[in-house]
Amino acid sequence: MRVRRLAAWTALPLAVTLGLVACGSGGNGGSGESDPNAAVRIEIAEPQHLVPTNTNETSGSQVLAALFSPLVDYDEANKPYEVAAESITSEDNTTWTVKLKDGYTFHNGEDVTADNYVDAWNYGAYAPNGQNSNYFFEKIAGYDDLQGDSPKAQTLSGLKKVDDHTFTVTLSQPYSEFKSILGYTAFYPLPKAAFSAPGKLADGYEQAPIGQGPFKMKGSWQHDAKVEVERYDAFPGQQPKVAGVEFRIYQQPTAAYADVLSDNLDVIKTIPIENLSTAATDLGDRYQQSPASTLQVLAFPTFEQEYSNPDVRKAISMAIDREEITRSIFKDSQQPARSFVSPVVAGYRENTIGAAGEFDPAKAKALYQAAGGPSKITLSYNGDGGHKDWVDATCNQLKANLGVDCVGNAEPKFADLLTKLKAKQSVGLFRMGWVMDYPSMENYLGPLYSSNGSSNYYGYSNPEFDKLLAEGVSASSEEEAIKKYQAAEDLLAEELPVIPLRFGQNNFGHSTKVKNVEMDLFDRIDLLKIEAVK
Amino acid sequence: MFRFIVRRLLQMVVAFFGTTLIVYALMFAGQGDPIQALAGERPVTAAQRAYLTEKYHLDATGVGGFFYRYFDYISNLLRGDLGESLTGRSIGEILAAAWPVTIKLALIAIAVAVVFGVTAGVLAGIRRASIFDNATLLLTLLVLGIPTIVLAPLAQYFLGVKWQLFPATSGADPDFYALLLPGIVLGSLSLATALRLTRTSVAENLRADYVRTARSKGLPRRRVVSVHVLRNSLIPVITFLGVELGNLMSGAIITEGVFNIPGVGFNLFRGIRTEDGPLVVGIVSVLVVVYLVSNLVVDVLYAVLDPRIRYE
Repeated sequence: MRVRRLAAWTALPLAVTLGLVACGSGGNGGSGESDPNAAVRIEIAEPQHLVPTNTNETSGSQVLAALFSPLVDYDEANKPYEVAAESITSEDNTTWTVKLKDGYTFHNGEDVTADNYVDAWNYGAYAPNGQNSNYFFEKIAGYDDLQGDSPKAQTLSGLKKVDDHTFTVTLSQPYSEFKSILGYTAFYPLPKAAFSAPGKLADGYEQAPIGQGPFKMKGSWQHDAKVEVERYDAFPGQQPKVAGVEFRIYQQPTAAYADVLSDNLDVIKTIPIENLSTAATDLGDRYQQSPASTLQVLAFPTFEQEYSNPDVRKAISMAIDREEITRSIFKDSQQPARSFVSPVVAGYRENTIGAAGEFDPAKAKALYQAAGGPSKITLSYNGDGGHKDWVDATCNQLKANLGVDCVGNAEPKFADLLTKLKAKQSVGLFRMGWVMDYPSMENYLGPLYSSNGSSNYYGYSNPEFDKLLAEGVSASSEEEAIKKYQAAEDLLAEELPVIPLRFGQNNFGHSTKVKNVEMDLFDRIDLLKIEAVK
Repeated sequence: MFRFIVRRLLQMVVAFFGTTLIVYALMFAGQGDPIQALAGERPVTAAQRAYLTEKYHLDATGVGGFFYRYFDYISNLLRGDLGESLTGRSIGEILAAAWPVTIKLALIAIAVAVVFGVTAGVLAGIRRASIFDNATLLLTLLVLGIPTIVLAPLAQYFLGVKWQLFPATSGADPDFYALLLPGIVLGSLSLATALRLTRTSVAENLRADYVRTARSKGLPRRRVVSVHVLRNSLIPVITFLGVELGNLMSGAIITEGVFNIPGVGFNLFRGIRTEDGPLVVGIVSVLVVVYLVSNLVVDVLYAVLDPRIRYE
C-alpha cells in the first residue's frame, strides 16, 4: 500500500520541479550526417519474456522486432505487405499458402525453412507450454485439440509443410484478413537450435534469442539492465541504418526522461504524463506524437434494467465533454474518440457515433429524463491505473449536465473489477481499455461485442451484429470484409453498449544524437528507419 | 560475549521464521489475481491461466491452502531454493544481481552520513550557539523537512540534467561516481539525524564531570574531545546508524527508482506492484536477516565503546 501511494506522489513534485525550471534546449534534432557505425539507445521496461509466442507486451516485442523479421509489415494505409514471405495467397480464405523468401538465415547460420515456422507455431499453440500468445493461433484448424491439461494432439492439423520454403495454413473457418494477423510477434519462426527436443524449448534460449532479423544478440539479456543487439550483416532484407541498439531497461519513465534530456539515452517511448506539459519546451521538435492502438471506453452493464435503454446511454455520452477531459486531465496525451475502432486500422472512420458524440448538455438532459435514466450513477474503475482523475472529472460533468448524483468507485485492481463483472455484480458504469492484437477492425469488434466475445463484460448480444461480423470474417476480400465490419460498427453506434472516450497516442521523444525516430502501429520504434547523428 | 552472540543467533532463527510466516500470510491475504496483475489490462487466455495456476499452486486457497503453500515455500527455502518469480526468473538470481548495487549504495549513504554528519555534529557541539551551530541547525531542519520523493528528482534535475555534474541516472552496473549522487541523496536524511544526535551528545558530555577532570589534569583539548568526549558521544549515533543501515537498504525504493538502479528496492517495488508473492517474500526474508545482523553488530559495538557494558 505504502509503495503504491509513493508512486503516485512522485508525479506532483516532479511536475512542480520541471515546471519551475522549464528551459528551452530543444529544436536541434533531426539534423546532421547519419553515422552508420554508431549504436542507439532505446528505453524499454524489463521484458516479461523473449520468446516470440510468449511475448505480448511492448517491451519484449520491441526487442524481438530487432531480432526477427516478420512475414508481413504494414504500409501507410495499414495494409499488410510481404517482408520475409515471398507471397501469402489463398483461393478460398481458408487454406493459405505461405511462400518464404530465399536467403534468410538465422543468426547461428541455419537456413530459414518452413519447418521453423511450423515448429514455432505448434509450440505456441500447445496449451501446456503456457505461452502468453497462445490465442493468436485459435483460427488455425486443430487448435482445439491442443488445449486443456492433456491435449489430444501435439501439433496443429492445419499446418502443413509443402517444401523447404512453402507451407500451408488451413483455418478452421474462412478468414479474409489472415494476412493482417501475421505481422505480430507471435508469428516469428524459431531456429532448430531453440529446441532441445521436438516441442521442447531449450533452457536459456530466452536469455539470448536467435532470430532471422536485421539485428543479432550481442551477449545475453542482462535482466533489469539492458539487452544489446548488433547489425546482422547476412540479413538479406532492408539493412538498418545503425550498427546496433542498446535496449536499456527502466522501471520508471521519469528516470528515462531525465536521461533523454541529458543525452544519456536516445529514445524514450512513453514520456511520463507529469513531464508532458514541459516536453514541448524541453525537447522542441524532438517531442513527437503518433496514434496508438489503444481505446478507452466507458461501458454499460446492459444486462441491468437501468441501463437497458439505448437512449439513456446516448444521453450520458452526450453529457461528456471529451475535449475538455483530454485537454485538462491528459494534457493532450490522448485524443477524443468517437468511433469503436482505432485510426491505426484500415476501415477506420471518424465520428461513427454521430450525434451521440456531440457535447450538448441541454439535449442530453432532456433525452435522459425522457428515457427515465437512473438518478444515481456509479463509475467503477481500477484504482491502480491512474484513472481517478478522469473518472472524477467525468462524474462532475454528468452531475452538472444531467442533474444526477454520480460517484466514482475504485476497485483495487483491474482483476478485481473483472471478477465482479464476470459474477454480474452491480458496479454501475465501468471503464474498459483495449489494446489491439492485430490491425483489423475485427479485433476491435469481435472480442468486445460479439455475443460470446472473450472480453464482452457488458452482456451485449445482438444477433444482427454477430451475423455481420461472421460475414466479414468469411468475406471473399479485405474490402468486402471491411464493409461488413463497418455495418456492424454502425449497429454499435445505434445501441452504444459502450461509449468511446479516448484513443491512445504515443508520446515519445529522442535525444540530439538520433533522427528519423518513428513509431509503428504496435507501439514499437521502427528500427530500420532510426539513424544516429554524427 | 560468546554466549551472548550464540544466544542472539538462535533468537534470530526464530525471528526469521516468524517474519517470513507473517509476510507470507500478508501477501497471501492481499493477493487478488496475480495472473491478471502480470498481464496488466490484457485478457488472459485460459491456457496461460491454467499453466500458471498449476505451476504456482494458485488454486490452493483458504487456511489449508495457505499452510500447504507456506510449507512448500519454506522447504524449498531450506534447500536454498528461493523459488521462481511469476515471470519464471529464479529469485535467487534476481537477488544476487540486486544486492551488490544496493549494498554499495547503502555504504556510500552511510559513509556520507558518518563523515559529514558526525564531523559537523562534533564541531557544532563544541561551538554551541555559534554561527556554525545555528547554520547547521537550519540546514538539517530543511533536509529533514524535504522528503526523498522531492529531494531525489530535484537533485537529479539540477545536478544531473541541468548542470550535468553527475550522470542523470546510474543504470545497472554503475561506477562509484555514478552512485555518488543517489548515495548522497539517500544519505542526506541520515546525515541530518546523525548530525543532530552527535551535536546534542557532544554538547552534553562536554559538561560532564569526567571531562572537567580530564581538563584539570591538564590534558590537551584535542585529546579530551577526540578520546574522552567522542567515544562516549557515539553510542546513540551508532544505535541510530545500525538501524539506519537496514532502512537504507530496504528504503531505497524511491531513490533507486528515480536513478534507475535495479537494486533491492527496485525489485521490491515491482514485486508488490505485480503481486509477485514469492519475490516479495524472498526479498523481505533477506531484509529481515540484514536487520537482525546489523542490530547484533550494534549491540556488540556498545561493549567496545563503553567497557562498562557487559554481556553475559
